[in-house]
Amino acid sequence: MSKIQNRERLRDGNGFKAVKNNLGIILSLLVLCILLTFATEHFLTTRNILNVLLQISTNGMIAFGMTYVILLGGIDLSVGSVVALSGTISMALMARSNWPLVPALLIGVVIGLAVGVINGLLITKVKMPAFIVTLAMMNITRGLALIMTSGKPIYVQDERLLIIGNGKFLDVIPLQIIYMLIIFLILFCVLNYTRYGKHLYATGGNIEAARFSGINVDSVRIIAYVISGVVSGIAGVMTAARLYSALPTMGEGAEMDAIAAVVLGGTMMTGGSGTLGGTLIGTLIIGVMNNGLNLLGVNSYWQDVAKGIIIIFAIVVDIIKNKKKQ
Amino acid sequence: MDKKIVVRMEQITKIFGSVKALDQVDFELRAGEVHALLGENGSGKSTLIKVLGGIHRMESGQIYLDGKPVSIEDVFTANKLGISIVHQELSFAPRMTVADNIFMGKECRNRWGLIDAKKIMQESKRLLQDFGSDINPSELMCNLSISQQQVVEIVKALSNQVKILVMDEPSASLSLTEVENLYNAVDRVKEMGISVIYVSHRMEELFRLADRVTVLRDGKYIGTVDISDADEDSLVTMMVGREIEPHYGEHKIYDDIVLELRHLSRGAMVHDINMKVHKGEVVGIAGIVGAGRSECARVIAGIDKGYEGQIILNGREIQIRNPQDAISHGIVLIPEDRKEQGLVLMQSVKFNLTLCVLKKFIGFIGVNTKKQNQITDEMIKRLRIKVSGRDMEVGKLSGGNQQKVVLAKWLATDPKVLILDEPTRGIDVGAKAEIYSLIDELACKGMSTILISSDLPEIMRVCDTVYVMRKGSLGGKISGDELAQEKIIRYATGVEHE
Repeated sequence: MSKIQNRERLRDGNGFKAVKNNLGIILSLLVLCILLTFATEHFLTTRNILNVLLQISTNGMIAFGMTYVILLGGIDLSVGSVVALSGTISMALMARSNWPLVPALLIGVVIGLAVGVINGLLITKVKMPAFIVTLAMMNITRGLALIMTSGKPIYVQDERLLIIGNGKFLDVIPLQIIYMLIIFLILFCVLNYTRYGKHLYATGGNIEAARFSGINVDSVRIIAYVISGVVSGIAGVMTAARLYSALPTMGEGAEMDAIAAVVLGGTMMTGGSGTLGGTLIGTLIIGVMNNGLNLLGVNSYWQDVAKGIIIIFAIVVDIIKNKKKQ
Repeated sequence: MDKKIVVRMEQITKIFGSVKALDQVDFELRAGEVHALLGENGSGKSTLIKVLGGIHRMESGQIYLDGKPVSIEDVFTANKLGISIVHQELSFAPRMTVADNIFMGKECRNRWGLIDAKKIMQESKRLLQDFGSDINPSELMCNLSISQQQVVEIVKALSNQVKILVMDEPSASLSLTEVENLYNAVDRVKEMGISVIYVSHRMEELFRLADRVTVLRDGKYIGTVDISDADEDSLVTMMVGREIEPHYGEHKIYDDIVLELRHLSRGAMVHDINMKVHKGEVVGIAGIVGAGRSECARVIAGIDKGYEGQIILNGREIQIRNPQDAISHGIVLIPEDRKEQGLVLMQSVKFNLTLCVLKKFIGFIGVNTKKQNQITDEMIKRLRIKVSGRDMEVGKLSGGNQQKVVLAKWLATDPKVLILDEPTRGIDVGAKAEIYSLIDELACKGMSTILISSDLPEIMRVCDTVYVMRKGSLGGKISGDELAQEKIIRYATGVEHE
């Protein structure tokens, strides 16, 4: 009896469901890893695995924030340019105005927050389409970053920045990976264990139903864009810290990589359905694939082609799966 | 006899732009009664309940709850006062679980302030069981049937300590069997001592459910009657403000068989269908939703490709490989869902009306606007479509007029066989009557019509012959004097076979 109950609980439990719903991409990731383990000499080494994780850390953070926005049926195209603006402003404050480290980095994050607030307000209060608003913000923030730097990199010399950007936890795990995991954990908990998370799914699934249930859908949406902005801001200062310099071209195309990871992770572009775990796996697939193609000595231009093919493949699998259900 | 009055709405006025949606309307709800709110589309009944539910704010008037004046600012206040609306277009998040939908906006939290998923699941299970439902709370909403979804919405309302439950046309999208589930649910709500406001078009269900009926027309209060004192004709007269013409009489049916189906089969939903449609005849296809009626129509219209058996038009077998084939043979299907399958809502009446006959006024290059306008005007006149002009946006028309535009769009192609799939779903009595007389008129001019409908009175009213489908096969054929609702139901549910 208790066994049956246990099994039922397992079946209803969050963890089991998450694995089951993402089974397709989890298997794809495993197959990809196994293939690369046999095809290359260096894939399955601690060093290479850490390298893959380091390379996906920025895209991962942004994609986690993007997941919130896409769960609402929205989109945030401004994330890549926010990376550039946040990074350049905080580096400029340090290099040119001699600001101390912590406030300068915080300002970078605040920039992301501000962009998120503007996006959210224009989308909910002025009722502009998210695509247009964030496309405009993408241009504005990228332009500001270019103006700020006159198109040239800003170098910063600060011991602590070096540690923040390139330090390693226990001398093994790059801190950037830790940052990504912390953000993942926070956003995961908010999405799954708070009212806000439920409200996000409800608003994305049916905005009228959510409104009639007494949910303040406008603030739910604004907060999602703010989270996306803040996370991009963090990604911006962290990228700058890693390079101990800020380039106005940082984060170019990051919005597309993030959207790709989210979609690959099984989140519906129409909103209401998807998981953060899926996005993590989506990010990993893209990272492992890029890494694999590098190890195999394939021309790096092919990575874009492969990424595109994988996205189409993932969506086709999704459509077939949905058809079968019906 | 005089029961306590739970809600009194006095002199409610609501203005949208230049339109008075509600003009000094009074309404009264007694404790524990099911009070039907009746009226044509645009009569203001939806607006009235939205005022009560805090979705719209009234311009003037006063609402009393249990004798005390209240002001209902928003949905949240309404919920707190114990008023809950189950909306016509069910509003839930399809990809969330039943439990999450029931607790949407009031999620249980544990002492850390985090979501208590276990409690939400248990409470939902208890609430559903209390209501006598065995729906699994961890099921996704999108996997439930429509009547189950309604039950969840009702349970959701009940979980808010509701005192007044408002149901906005809940039966509009239900099949025969599902409607019965809904009625039982309403009965149970009533047994719990909760007052119900039931908005509906469907006359027959009022006599099954309601204690009293209030009728609105053009935003004005017409009157309230005890259902025991009312009959269908008097209610219709109150609603429409004019007598509705009775049955048009028999259609003149010619001997020529226009369309014949021989052993038509496709997949599991269409199996060995034999059917004859004469010139000038209106043939009904009855049966419960999911019996394969629409699927059968889709095969004839070439939408679902590939079939076995023969389709014979005017004595010659024809091949229908795609919708273009069907249209070129003069077979036209007017789909069930006018908004999704029939109309481009954001475009004008003219655009929609002439979409199927572009060849008539567009040459190799250049558009003959005069001709296009002429076709449009002719159709607007012929079908008595109420529009402000031919450039009016279709989305702004009422449901009945939208349906007329869909009809007109296809009539412009001069079809020989017209297939109508649920042509009057969700439109009001007045527009319904007009569509019936239009079908009659077309039949008299020799049109062969196939009408698919779940509305039995409609089938009885319009059809000369009725085929009843059940589980993809023909359950029986009824014509002439044998035509009776009971017989259709017996065939549809498999109680009787031919």
